Amino acid sequence: MNIVVCVKQVPDTWAEKKLSPDDKTVDRVGVDGVMNELDEYAVEEALRIKEALSAQGGGGEVTVLTMGPDKSVETIRKALSMGADKAVHLVDPALHGSDALATSYALSKALGTIEHDLVILGVESTDARMSVLPAMLAERLGASQLTFARKVEVGTGTVKIERQTDSGYDVVEAPIPAVVSVVEKINEPRYPSFKGIMAAKKKPLTTLTLADAGIEADNVGFAGSGTEVTDFAARPPKQAGQIVKDEGDGGSKLADFLAQQKFI
Amino acid sequence: MVVDRELPSDEARELLALTRQLASEELAPRAAEFEERGECPRELFRTIGRAGLLGLAYPEEHGGGGQPYEVYLQVLEELAIGWAAVALGVSVHTLTCHPIAQFGTDEQKRRWLPDMLGGELLGAYCLSEAQAGSDAGSLAARARRDGDAYVLDGTKAWVTHGGVADYYDIFCRTSEDARRGISLVLADADTPGLLPQSPEKKMGLRASPTAQLVLEGARVDADRLIGAEGDGLRIALSALDGGRLGISAVATGVAQAALDVATAYARERQQFGQRIVDFQGVSFMLADMATGIEAARALYLSAARRRDAGKPYGPQASMAKVFATDNAMKVTTDAVQVLGGYGYTSDFPVERYMREVKVMQIFEGTNQIQRMVIGRSLAAG
Ligand SMILES: Cc1cc2nc3c(=O)[nH]c(=O)nc-3n(C[C@H](O)[C@H](O)[C@H](O)COP(=O)(O)OP(=O)(O)OC[C@H]3O[C@@H](n4cnc5c(N)ncnc54)[C@H](O)[C@@H]3O)c2cc1C
Repeated sequence: MNIVVCVKQVPDTWAEKKLSPDDKTVDRVGVDGVMNELDEYAVEEALRIKEALSAQGGGGEVTVLTMGPDKSVETIRKALSMGADKAVHLVDPALHGSDALATSYALSKALGTIEHDLVILGVESTDARMSVLPAMLAERLGASQLTFARKVEVGTGTVKIERQTDSGYDVVEAPIPAVVSVVEKINEPRYPSFKGIMAAKKKPLTTLTLADAGIEADNVGFAGSGTEVTDFAARPPKQAGQIVKDEGDGGSKLADFLAQQKFI
Repeated sequence: MVVDRELPSDEARELLALTRQLASEELAPRAAEFEERGECPRELFRTIGRAGLLGLAYPEEHGGGGQPYEVYLQVLEELAIGWAAVALGVSVHTLTCHPIAQFGTDEQKRRWLPDMLGGELLGAYCLSEAQAGSDAGSLAARARRDGDAYVLDGTKAWVTHGGVADYYDIFCRTSEDARRGISLVLADADTPGLLPQSPEKKMGLRASPTAQLVLEGARVDADRLIGAEGDGLRIALSALDGGRLGISAVATGVAQAALDVATAYARERQQFGQRIVDFQGVSFMLADMATGIEAARALYLSAARRRDAGKPYGPQASMAKVFATDNAMKVTTDAVQVLGGYGYTSDFPVERYMREVKVMQIFEGTNQIQRMVIGRSLAAG
């Protein structure tokens, strides 16, 4: 079974995120980049599936796929050092400004160049937090859509997941090829090992431009995006909180406050 | 504060980055609680073992990391910035692999070393006894040859990882010969008759269990003898030279952690309307702490580079051990001073650091014994 994990480099979770005033995209230049946290779970799950299958004598490879500027190579290297076999980096200035719709198109084209049975992603990225890409990608690929997985089981020709819901989980099963998005409950991602870091440098990394992937420039970047950021403003500074002093009536004051805010 | 290090390769820089990540994400956040409870973080050793940190200083052909001591020791220092007990554990584990790697037969290396370096196992090193501390050569536990096995009887003391280890390097007496009376066997923890006792109640490093190991007719296959019969003391002393450098690095890491806390505090804390770091009395104390740490680091690295170059380094290892551990004791004591009353409480880690480094002046050869080694090398000319 061949698995592709889509990973994204995002601004460090703890760094202050900014939009650049010129084109209203996330400023990725001045901040440290890290692998989107949920993508680590996706990589881990792909590796576990591969390891379990190979313990039963099965074959297959884990490929990481990322779309992003040159710097994203750091994130590719991290996935390779965790144990992925090879990587594909889709990088082209014309991709800048792509929204979820355009990104799903570009990734689906890039996926067309990689043999795969399963595509695994995190349910969302910490910078955009749209959580729509996995569904869009499945649609574009004509593959089964299995999202919000907290457990994945690979059968013969099918994949079964426990789909996380607000109240519990649903069991969903679908034929391969499939796109699976994972939640953080699914596993505990491994640290890269020292040997893995060394080995990662020697693993194959293919770079694709728009032309290489057969992507039409009109369908990506600002031009190919269906959404537009028209304006943005800094988050207003936090207002000072209200301190309730307990003079024997603290409880009822708190209850009043919660009722006022319609929490109770 | 991230220590700016001189490292010999890109490989080493990546290794140190991985170590810092493990130290800050996995070690530091757990240290205070585990120390308070006196619980050994056994699973954490597996985490760092899988990352490759339990076999760094040994050749790649046996599954090690192939790193020079210069790099391995800086990894230990970074781990100690996060949590001394774990860094000490890595140092002790590394020590337990030395005899077989250095003195074992090819067959022994092939059979046991890959697992020992692989990250899942943790070892213990049993040299000391209740009556044989500094004078390790006077140890009394016995190994009697019986057919194709040795039968072990006696009590080893102060065994780091006693009770949690997967294997034990055990030094025993095989004859009364003053110089060639001690031998080393490598015993699996599940050998019947190996009986770890309950851990000692210690002043610090409570997450690192220290226990007696009672030997009650424990049968260990004769092919688990490392080196020849009678080589034990020579092997023990050879392993300890490297171990002493390990302790130097661990002590330096704890000192660095204490300086970091003290400096951050002094820049925040206001008295008499100004930051206490701006009082000369405090800033000179911090300056001396920082100077001692740089000197300790330089000293252990200089000894390590001698080792990596294949030169004798015994006296230099002793100098590094004395200097780095005495310095760490002073630095952690002063860190408590910089924090005033708050430093004396467990709300801040500096009192714990102070308790942790005290024992580093004692184990792997007390600092008096180190001075004796240095003095003898001078006397011998
Ligand atoms: C937490 C901890 C972990 C340990 N881990 C291990 C382990 O994993 N494996 C192991 O084998 N051992 C271990 N030890 C034992 C440790 O190495 C010994 O405690 C140490 O060697 C000192 O021995 P002792 O305690 O018997 O002190 P003693 O040898 O009785 O020394 C008492 C005092 O006398 C001084 N002294 C002794 N001889 C001389 C001399 N000739 N000249 C000047 N002064 C002298 C010493 O410096 C010391 O101040 C550990 C100890 C501790 C506390």
